[in-house]
Amino acid sequence: MTDHAAKAAAFVADEPRTHWHDQALWFVRLKRDRQAASIPEWEALRTAAASIKAHTLSRLADYLEEFERNAQANGIKVHWARDGAEHNEIVYRILSERGATRLVKSKSMLTEECHLNPYLEARGIEVTDSDLGERIVQLRHEPPSHIVLPAIHLKKEDIGDLFHEKLGTEAGASDPKYLTEAARRHLRERFMAAEVGLTGVNFAIAETGGVVVCTNEGNADMGTGLPPVHIACMGVEKIIPRLEDLGVFTRLLARSATGQPVTTYTSHFHGPVRGGEMHVVIVDNGRSAILGNEVFRRSLSCIRCGACMNTCPVFRRSGGYSYGYTVPGPIGSILAPLREPEKYGTLPFASSLCGSCSDVCPVKIDLHHELYEFRQELVRKKVVPWSKRFGMAVLGFILARPWLYRLAGKLARWIVPRLPRSLTYARYNAWGRQRELPAMPRESFRDLIRKESA
Amino acid sequence: MPKVGLFVPCYIDQLYPQVGIATLRVLRQLGLDVDYPEEQTCCGQPMANSGCAEDARPLAERFLNVFGRYDYVVAPSGSCVSMVRNHYAQWLKGKPGFDRLRVNTFELCEYLVEIAHVASVDGDFPRRVGLLMSCHGLRELRLARSSERMDAPFNKVRQLLAQLRGIELVEVTRPDECCGFGGTFAVNEEAVSCMMGRDRIADFESAKAEVIAGYDMSCLMHLDGLIRRARKPLKVLHVAEILQGAKLA
Repeated sequence: MTDHAAKAAAFVADEPRTHWHDQALWFVRLKRDRQAASIPEWEALRTAAASIKAHTLSRLADYLEEFERNAQANGIKVHWARDGAEHNEIVYRILSERGATRLVKSKSMLTEECHLNPYLEARGIEVTDSDLGERIVQLRHEPPSHIVLPAIHLKKEDIGDLFHEKLGTEAGASDPKYLTEAARRHLRERFMAAEVGLTGVNFAIAETGGVVVCTNEGNADMGTGLPPVHIACMGVEKIIPRLEDLGVFTRLLARSATGQPVTTYTSHFHGPVRGGEMHVVIVDNGRSAILGNEVFRRSLSCIRCGACMNTCPVFRRSGGYSYGYTVPGPIGSILAPLREPEKYGTLPFASSLCGSCSDVCPVKIDLHHELYEFRQELVRKKVVPWSKRFGMAVLGFILARPWLYRLAGKLARWIVPRLPRSLTYARYNAWGRQRELPAMPRESFRDLIRKESA
Repeated sequence: MPKVGLFVPCYIDQLYPQVGIATLRVLRQLGLDVDYPEEQTCCGQPMANSGCAEDARPLAERFLNVFGRYDYVVAPSGSCVSMVRNHYAQWLKGKPGFDRLRVNTFELCEYLVEIAHVASVDGDFPRRVGLLMSCHGLRELRLARSSERMDAPFNKVRQLLAQLRGIELVEVTRPDECCGFGGTFAVNEEAVSCMMGRDRIADFESAKAEVIAGYDMSCLMHLDGLIRRARKPLKVLHVAEILQGAKLA
């Protein structure tokens, strides 16, 4: 099981680095605030986006079929994948049937979720992630630590060292412009040599049968304009009904994600390049099961902007890897245990339930309430350890009996101040490791009130 | 004259009785008929937040039995009131009196502004005060506009305190970041919780606050624990303790 608290404690142990990570993401949150504030109808936009998503999810199958018909009419080949394995097989088949061995990818969290890269690499395909952050973590053989800022856990010096080793940049060089230029040259070669380009999908439009990909680096355009074959991979929830709905989401996405008014590139793909092919792989991989779950289905509205991560005071201080799942942070803490409750059972508890995620979410997913609900789900499934459940049962028993509650309180207030510090602050007292216990008053409020009225 | 039931959350009853007394003084000062029903214990939030819904159920039922008879229920805690308003339906939906209880249970500041219509606060508090906008009061009761939202700003707590003579409400860089208490989170995720708390304290210190004031003693207990361990001169106070000497009208 992923033990978030233990991983978070290890992250926090490097306090200067944790503060740097916190500040870097808080800076993005502030940029988001400024951009959101520049739109008078921001809250109305969020409501509109939430409504469009709720509507679409209520008729998901119809919109997916409409998309398929229109995409086929545009000359796009549509594939359906039940799970990650089928998705990977489909992508590999397209590559192998064309004798292709070099694939260039733009960012796709779906392919991370399906573990496409190792699958293809084991079959002799050279896979190049072309988003700069993703390329960095790929060269380090790491997964992304954030869905929008994959290498946010690294400092420029870390990247300088990596590029020195992998790309032959000067030792000790950490100037971002110099390093970016080196990456650019390196990626240009990969773009030129690629036989197939793969992209994710931000939005698939049922009405037009095309997909929209948002990037800041133009890497999706390089990766689809040069090779003759374009594969776009999407989860079923990426569908929106009409072209006119798109504007609602593009106005929200970049502002929420990075505090930009719009992504540098918002590319519409409505068919293959001349003489080439375009494929769309539509993946379920557990999503229809989530759709069937009344409590958690709203998590499928997520547009993967990452705003809930940037604003989450826990994420900023524990890092993406502490969650152990492709999508970390508040939304990941719902999606991961929906998939594997036993493995990801600590994630819904990796939150103070402060609600900042729910207020920042551009599609108004009630994230912190879903986390609250998920805790109950985990107790029902007995994923929460016996000791915790027993402790709460005892506490509940005491609190449900006023005489016992008063007695327990009186005893605690009498005993605690009389015990030696070595006992009250022993290892088992997690509260007292860094904090003092409250001073124990002699009398409770009830005692005082009784005295007053006597 | 409406009858007000005073709800004193368990940890305030046991650990911060002076906050309960201050709340009672504030309400009585308004001339209200306030009653403290002695059979009350806890709202059930520790169990509910841990996912142990069935252990919380009897406490929700008890709360309805104890407080169902009042016109209003007032508590010096945003978090416990949010429990009643936003989470009790799971156990009490459809029970006689619940709908009425749900909409008539208020956090103290909220009650003063929305129901008692307190327009003037006449009193002194010549200190530099940093406001801790605890999360459940902020984002679940909407005591103020949260910094994430883009609608018109307001703050019912600040609105009351700002009227005190001599008070200086300091501006911090992150006006409503969570302090890291979070109930059982404070011990389950001790490392992150304490860092969150220290970061909040540092923010208040940079703004030269002398007092951290809030409407949730639980968050303040966490910050106070860190402050006392570090032997810092900062003090924490509940809003009721600051308002108890003032004349509200």
